Amino acid sequence: MNIQLRERPEGASAVSAKVAIADCDIHPARASKKELYPFLAKRWHEHLETYQEHPYQGMMEGPPYPKAQPNASRRDAYPPEGGPQGSSLSFMQKQLLDPNNVVLGVLNPLRTGQGLRNHDLATAICSAINDWQIEKWTSKDSRLKGSIVVANEDGITAAKEIRKRAGDPNYVQVLLLSRNVEPLGQRRYWPIYEAAEEAGLPVGVHAFGFGGNPITASGWPSYYIEEMVGHSQCQQTALASLVLEGVFERFPKLKMVMIEAGFGWAPSLAWRLDRNWQRLRSEVPHVKRPPSEYIRDHIWWTTQPMEDPERRDHLFDVIDWIGWDKLLFATDYPHWDYDEPSRVLPAGVSDANREAFYLGNAKKLYGIS
Amino acid sequence: MTTPLAGGVDCDLHPAVPHLTSLLPYMNDYWRDQVTTRGMVDLVSQSYPANSPISSRPDWRPAKGKPGASLADLQQQALDPFKVAYGICNPLYGVQMVFSEDMQDAFCRALNDWLAKEWLDKDDRLRGSIVIPTQSVEKSIAEIERCAHDKRFVQVLMLVMGDVPLGKRALWPIYAAAERLGLPIGVHAGSAYHNPPTSVGWGSYHIEDYVAQAQAFQTQLTSLIVEGVFARHPKLKMVMLESGFTWLAPFVWRLHKFWRGIRMETPWVDRAPMEIVQSNIRFSLQPVDAPPDPALLNRLFDHMQSDELILFSTDYPHWQFEGNNALPEGLSPDLVRKIMIDNPLTTYGRLKESVRA
Repeated sequence: MNIQLRERPEGASAVSAKVAIADCDIHPARASKKELYPFLAKRWHEHLETYQEHPYQGMMEGPPYPKAQPNASRRDAYPPEGGPQGSSLSFMQKQLLDPNNVVLGVLNPLRTGQGLRNHDLATAICSAINDWQIEKWTSKDSRLKGSIVVANEDGITAAKEIRKRAGDPNYVQVLLLSRNVEPLGQRRYWPIYEAAEEAGLPVGVHAFGFGGNPITASGWPSYYIEEMVGHSQCQQTALASLVLEGVFERFPKLKMVMIEAGFGWAPSLAWRLDRNWQRLRSEVPHVKRPPSEYIRDHIWWTTQPMEDPERRDHLFDVIDWIGWDKLLFATDYPHWDYDEPSRVLPAGVSDANREAFYLGNAKKLYGIS
Repeated sequence: MTTPLAGGVDCDLHPAVPHLTSLLPYMNDYWRDQVTTRGMVDLVSQSYPANSPISSRPDWRPAKGKPGASLADLQQQALDPFKVAYGICNPLYGVQMVFSEDMQDAFCRALNDWLAKEWLDKDDRLRGSIVIPTQSVEKSIAEIERCAHDKRFVQVLMLVMGDVPLGKRALWPIYAAAERLGLPIGVHAGSAYHNPPTSVGWGSYHIEDYVAQAQAFQTQLTSLIVEGVFARHPKLKMVMLESGFTWLAPFVWRLHKFWRGIRMETPWVDRAPMEIVQSNIRFSLQPVDAPPDPALLNRLFDHMQSDELILFSTDYPHWQFEGNNALPEGLSPDLVRKIMIDNPLTTYGRLKESVRA
């Protein structure tokens, strides 16, 4: 949503009066393509100039489903100094962090090396993005924390990148996207989970990505809205794959965060998995417990785009089934479908649940005191 | 247990084709020759391997042959115990998997004729679905028109995972023909396997494919709604078969939220998605993807905000429930009546015609 930004006097009291929150899905952008070059070997500058990024989709510049707004972002989020939305720290502070009293902001960089067909290029860009997050963002504002992005299709190299960054307090999670060459439970991705578990970092799975597969099991649809809605179906399938491949048996301390794919579908998916596991468990003997238990124990959910039923008791039903301890508030700044913190949660929530939803769950999961 | 009401309609029965050779009498010389000369084998879809536990309830599994292949079994195990007035046959034979539209057409015609002769002719309660060669819109329409003369065919049957999303405009002439002839489009679980069976690629397991049916139905509803199928064909009903329905409300919440945000992209969608679902989309009862808790089930019906969406089904011979508990615990008598009788009769106009006759 677009929000008119009023000029506020410095240190306005209205700001400090707001309850502290965590924003678990912020998208930092580069002001220009070349902003990444200082973090990339010269070889890759030339490669990018000549061949560009070569992703698992046909279009070199924009997306094949044109977004609803430029860069899928709020029209009011262009920084005054120029550059795309989300590319200025000072404007992000002024528009998002300060007025909403965000005390923890988790950065999820998109358009990284993920989803590129040349895995060496993917590795180089991901590593550069990880350096850039510290240089441009987390070292300049201690409220912001980074996500380690990894070359998703090359699990072994990705695991090296995670181990290289492990223990660095600038990062609070490893970031994957939901759409990959194969469903996320497949073994090619296991080195990523192994390294993340070892580093004590949750793995965030953000909606989106390119893996070459149509975004429906019936081929390519026509519209951007189908892609937007379809991300939640991709996420459901990715989660089913993680459970049914036995990832949480193999990596019992692994925690995962489903980011920007909704959570309303979780109960129905878990029930469906449980029913069919009862019938078909001889096919997957490595899945020892009812699937819903793995989901309950290992999965957290960011809230945006918040499910928005007409009746709030319907929303509360779903959250009760998932658990108030598993939701992490997120705005998705600067994207157009931004959720405004003060308007997301209806009345009728206890103070303890409200605190957990906006801040407590995130601090606990990401180990922030 | 919730007692079934006599005189209902079972909207999802699966009579099995014993073997491709069973269809030979219904093919012309050319196709009979093709099948035999080329050594074609049985068309069994991976969606339902014959020995998979979900493909047949243990006590419905015959001593030999495919589950669902015997009329006597279907009568004794499905039609009689639930005292239905009608049972709609949705054959799940793998004709959609072949890539030649000519071959697909020949097999569909044989399958529909086989159904009429070997099932519908033998029990007055049975009704049929017209299986169509969806790779060719022209041939699909010809087959719908050919079979529709027989009033015992009450719907057109498509799979939830085909070549293109179901809302695509290229398919609309099929919908126009169905609307004109008073036939709902049944969309059944299953894939032609012309695309990976999930939107993130090929999984490892049968259980993954089966769970993913629900996600496929969700993307198809998005496609049907946002492409404007029901703005163009307001009288067309579509029935999601073996789709599950407990995902419906949260799915529509999300679709509604994005529709509000970006409806400028599809301006012909001039009603809220849930309104479109309520006027044009129905769901078969089984499987009920929820724990057996009556209070919870009633919450789920409350989320759907309608008692007209669900049509009774046993999904025979698939294993979805035990004993005669096709109706889950906790449904009110009014809702049972709606699910078993009113909703199917309203959806399948041709059943009502024959009820009057």
